[in-house]
Amino acid sequence: MTAGTANADGVPASQDNLLLRLAVEYFLFEEAAHLDNWRLDEWLSLFTKDARYLVPTTDLPDGDPARDMMFIDDDYERLKGRVTRLKSRHAHREYPSSRTRRLITNVRLTRIDASEVEVEASFAVYRSRNEMIAPYVGIYRYTLARQDGGAFLIRRRRAELDLERLTDHGAVSIIL
Amino acid sequence: MDLANLIIEDAAAGLFRVHRSALTSTEIMTLEQERIFARSWLYVGHDSEVPEPGDYRRRMVAGRPLIFVRGRDRIIRVLINSCLHRGALVCRTDVGNASAFQCFYHGWSYDTAGKLIGVPDAEGYSAEFNNREQELVSPPHVDSYRGMYFVNFGKSVPSLRDHLGNARELIDLTMDSAEPLGGWTIIRGTAKFRIRANWKLLAENSTDNYHFRTVHRTYTEYLTERRERAGAPAPSVNRINNSRSLALDNGHVAMLTQSVGRAIANPSPVWSQEAVAETRRVRDELVKIYGEERGLQMATVSRFLIIFPNYAFQDTQSGFRVRQWWPTSPGEMEVNQWEFIPRRERADLTAYRLEGAAMFLGPGGLGTPDDIEALESCQIGFGAPEVEWSDISRGMQRLPRSDDELAARGFWRQWHALIQGLDGAARTGDVAAPDSLPPKMELRA
Repeated sequence: MTAGTANADGVPASQDNLLLRLAVEYFLFEEAAHLDNWRLDEWLSLFTKDARYLVPTTDLPDGDPARDMMFIDDDYERLKGRVTRLKSRHAHREYPSSRTRRLITNVRLTRIDASEVEVEASFAVYRSRNEMIAPYVGIYRYTLARQDGGAFLIRRRRAELDLERLTDHGAVSIIL
Repeated sequence: MDLANLIIEDAAAGLFRVHRSALTSTEIMTLEQERIFARSWLYVGHDSEVPEPGDYRRRMVAGRPLIFVRGRDRIIRVLINSCLHRGALVCRTDVGNASAFQCFYHGWSYDTAGKLIGVPDAEGYSAEFNNREQELVSPPHVDSYRGMYFVNFGKSVPSLRDHLGNARELIDLTMDSAEPLGGWTIIRGTAKFRIRANWKLLAENSTDNYHFRTVHRTYTEYLTERRERAGAPAPSVNRINNSRSLALDNGHVAMLTQSVGRAIANPSPVWSQEAVAETRRVRDELVKIYGEERGLQMATVSRFLIIFPNYAFQDTQSGFRVRQWWPTSPGEMEVNQWEFIPRRERADLTAYRLEGAAMFLGPGGLGTPDDIEALESCQIGFGAPEVEWSDISRGMQRLPRSDDELAARGFWRQWHALIQGLDGAARTGDVAAPDSLPPKMELRA
């Protein structure tokens, strides 16, 4: 890697940053493993108390939750409610639970400072249930809060879908 | 196909049954296109979606590609999005502002009123061709009520006003309720999703409170938990004995409930004191302008209305939205959903409103996915033709509450009349004399 090379967001491709990206990928892959295995309490523990989880509508990926329609606009309390619901056998759309497989790739660091790292990553989340399998495809935008010892917590997690319509699944009934 | 016997009604015995072939048959779906969608008033859009000259939205209505556009002359029109030359789409983006629409195929162009204004190499055409006034075709009937635009592809049809009939009284309550706040405007973002179920099941579901306890149990638990933490009593999601199922004119139906969480103007106990004070102020203003009865109807009653055949108008404790849905096959529909807010609503109340909307009635909410599951589950059940009938009898012999099925019967009666080629049902209610409008309900100030 040539010294001084930076990505399109101006983050230099330094050895430190490449190592940081590996640490971020490690974190994202562990998060995906929690979700694919329906370990939702463990997943919830990855969030800061001021966290936000957002899924904009398919026709407005840059939607602003303050004034636009969102599929999901959760603060920590609402996210907790969502997790509680998904663990219930009365969450009918997800009982029995669907099987999911998260493919996360093209992980890019877009901003780094002492307390936070901003990350984007491409995803394909396959969900299969009722004799049907189909992907949700899109991009994640994370703000990760840096913790002591190199760990992370999620402060902001936004899943922007590339789909034009929720055609195959009809809803966002899982955690994307 | 024995159309006359698709619905069996026995008022004396209190029985109402729908033959399930009405929900599975391709032949029926073809008839629905001819006898219902090709001659009903169908929603296209709201004027707030095209505020400026040249603003447009593309819409698909009964399979027709349409442009909903405010012309440079400020007049709102509905144009069929198909070039007069060979048929290509002259507008290929869903939303925008145009000075003209130019067909990309051979370059014919049209102004925002639809008039043909340019044909490349016009000398290739006859003088007569070039002298003819030509314009994009419009649906034969276009009309609006309270900012909502509808089209009708039928030949001779009743006016939109007559078609809406007494449903206008419920529409007016909601539309008037935002007048002190500058009127309603549709926000950006559309919920677009598919349900693998017959389109009529969503009409049934949208005015059915009977399923709330069972299907939406996790949502109720979520609300209860949040309120308990805020030191507020658990929600009585609906005061069931003081709610109504209504069958209105021309197959329109409604469910009325009373519940807190309405940004106009019946606040949730978990909202901030400032927000609660603001909803009280709005409610007092409504009572001052419209009188106590109408003002409290606006503030405290949630209205889940269906304009026959496929348009839901839902002014609820989780926001105000409209929904439209189209069959794509007997066992599948596509749904589009738009959300309204009052133009001059305070930001904190809009935030509560949008939170409530997203948490319940959207494809990412805690409610709608389970409705979808229920509808799809029914459709899978219909795979067994040995089970011939669905039962819609609940509440036939009492003043129907919101958890009774009068609204579904009203919808089905109109559907049954139209599918047989009649102009409409002789009555849509269970009895000849329907409930007064708005119904006499005990409204809590």
